[in-house]
Amino acid sequence: MTAMTMIEAIRDAHVVAMERDDRVVVFGEDVGYFGGVFRCTLGLQQRFGAHRCFDTPISEAGIVGAAVGMAAYGLRPCVEIQFADYMYPAYDQIVSEAARLRHRSAGDFTAPLTIRMPTGGGIFGGQTHSQSPEALFTHVAGLKTVVVSNPYDAKGLLLAAIEDDDPVIFLEPKRVYNGPFDGHHERPIVPWSKHPLGEVPEGHYTIELGTARVHRAGSDLTVLTYGTLVHVAQAAADETGIDAEIIDLRTLVPLDLDTVLASVIKTGRCLVVHEATLTSGYGAELSATVQERAFHHLEAPITRVCGWDTPYPHAHEWAYFPGPDRVGRAMQALMSA
Amino acid sequence: MRKPDLDEKVERIALMRKQLVRVLDDDGQAVGPWAPGLTPEQLVTGLRDMMLVRAFDARMLRAHRQGKISFYMQCLGEEAIACAQQRALRPGDMHFPTYRQQGLLIASGYPLVEMINQVLSNTHDPLKGRQLPVMYSSREHGFFSISGNLATQYVQAVGWAMASALRGGTAIASAWIGEGATSESDFHAALVFASTYQAPVILNIVNNHWAISTPEDFARGASATFADRGYGFSIPALRVDGNDYLAVYAVSQWAAQRARANLGPTMVEWVTLRVGAHSTSDDPSGYRTDEAARFPLGDPVDRLTRHLLVTGALDDARQQALADEVTRDVEAAFQEADSHGSVKGGVVISPKTMFDDVYAVLPRHLREQRDQVEG
Repeated sequence: MTAMTMIEAIRDAHVVAMERDDRVVVFGEDVGYFGGVFRCTLGLQQRFGAHRCFDTPISEAGIVGAAVGMAAYGLRPCVEIQFADYMYPAYDQIVSEAARLRHRSAGDFTAPLTIRMPTGGGIFGGQTHSQSPEALFTHVAGLKTVVVSNPYDAKGLLLAAIEDDDPVIFLEPKRVYNGPFDGHHERPIVPWSKHPLGEVPEGHYTIELGTARVHRAGSDLTVLTYGTLVHVAQAAADETGIDAEIIDLRTLVPLDLDTVLASVIKTGRCLVVHEATLTSGYGAELSATVQERAFHHLEAPITRVCGWDTPYPHAHEWAYFPGPDRVGRAMQALMSA
Repeated sequence: MRKPDLDEKVERIALMRKQLVRVLDDDGQAVGPWAPGLTPEQLVTGLRDMMLVRAFDARMLRAHRQGKISFYMQCLGEEAIACAQQRALRPGDMHFPTYRQQGLLIASGYPLVEMINQVLSNTHDPLKGRQLPVMYSSREHGFFSISGNLATQYVQAVGWAMASALRGGTAIASAWIGEGATSESDFHAALVFASTYQAPVILNIVNNHWAISTPEDFARGASATFADRGYGFSIPALRVDGNDYLAVYAVSQWAAQRARANLGPTMVEWVTLRVGAHSTSDDPSGYRTDEAARFPLGDPVDRLTRHLLVTGALDDARQQALADEVTRDVEAAFQEADSHGSVKGGVVISPKTMFDDVYAVLPRHLREQRDQVEG
């Protein structure tokens, strides 16, 4: 085991994948020589050569479109969109092409590619460097959508994504690249080296897509969340003294329904937390699914704490971000409901 | 029109983007350095390919009028482009076609009955009733799955070509697009990727002058030609008579040789005319007059036939025999496919199969949804 940041864990996953399988190629804007603006691909070009890891023109449609063609050829591209906010020019290639190629060709052609992108706010990125567009992917048949919250999971999930035979959207909340950010922006961040999930095994391991992780066992209520908000929910539980069971979903599609339902049936209360905007967010899907399947176990209405339905603001970032105070208040309200 | 060396500097052939490569003259003779030197047998095969495509299209349009199919798109007048390029490339190469390159499949020997099974969406449809008619797919025959979203395939072809180069392969990709769809941003993404990485790809633009109802100048803008698009990317770009089977063959072969020699991409604007409607859902009488009779490049089937007649490679009896043969082949294929049902006749495969191939392995939520579907 080695202490790693999430950046280092993602980089390590690339190294392991590229060493194990010479069909794995890695590319994107500033990804090659420089190693990516968040440094997730640092050293790959030097280690594996420019034919395995390379820079691209600033064209997200080109990056994903070329990756679809490469995947159809038989390669395993793992590409980076520099910020999730920049993925919209590639959306047609993701939704109409990568996601549907296997189905529309009845298995004649497939698109086994991984599309990584940093998501979420908390870095004063304003509305074009802060978005969490996971619901735009979970709504699309044929895609798998992963959101990571820590170094250990990030490595195992990225290796699973690259090895998966279907296109995988791999979302990396940038606020947890360097530590388990819990929403207390006024405090210094705890580094991953001081957190058990920053301990990352060497070599190859995978975490099966579609498996959630019980981040914190508890009996008062269930929190369904993922990404940065896992750590925010932990802080809220600690600060309110509410014995919350926090489920880190890790994969949104396919969803680990068994883990979700077992927890909600046990606690009888369900709080859904995500950073993305509320309306038609993934939380709506979770809320609907839980009430359809566990209604008679619920002792209170399912509650959502999410980003407001506004563009992500610059000056009012912390008023937008669903931090531990908001999540904690929602927990208390849910307990007294 | 001169024929440059494969490695000719792009600036020395820059003017070819505004000129027109032709081989067949008005008397049916093959003239100039681009004459590809095909044997009489190869030429007759090329003619038969085009006749087969035309007979196939005619039969499908008849089936549409008979109410047997829901939709069809013919390529009347454009047969030479796909048929000749297919014969000029090699097995293992991959075409990324639009919906009007059925000639690629037919000239590759793909079974007509499989095409008709797809068009009928019947129980033997290789695409299991999932795609609109004519959106074929055949990896084995070098024909990438057709998308209804225009231009997406163009940059995918560049990616496929890059992959072939990265793996040290000798296969090349051929990207296809209509002139109207060159307006899409994916077209421009494809050009910058092809130029930056010098991908082994042929960048075909089929200029049939009509994007449904809008004439070509809406996509062309103030440029003189579509081949002009290659110039800013330093991609060698040629403008070619697309109704001249010999010119299409020769230029396709030249572009393929360049790609295989690691000399990078080549753009070709094939000048042709969409003689028919955009699709069976389109009525062109509302936006165009019949200009086919006045189109200066002439019918590609007639022109190759004339060449074969004047050079003695074909006589009237053989020509009639070919016509009878292709009609018979198409009819036999149609009868066989028709026996396997159709979506119009309500004989299709189980609707439960719609859940297959969404993912490699059926996930729980789809399994539960499939259980709710009858059949």
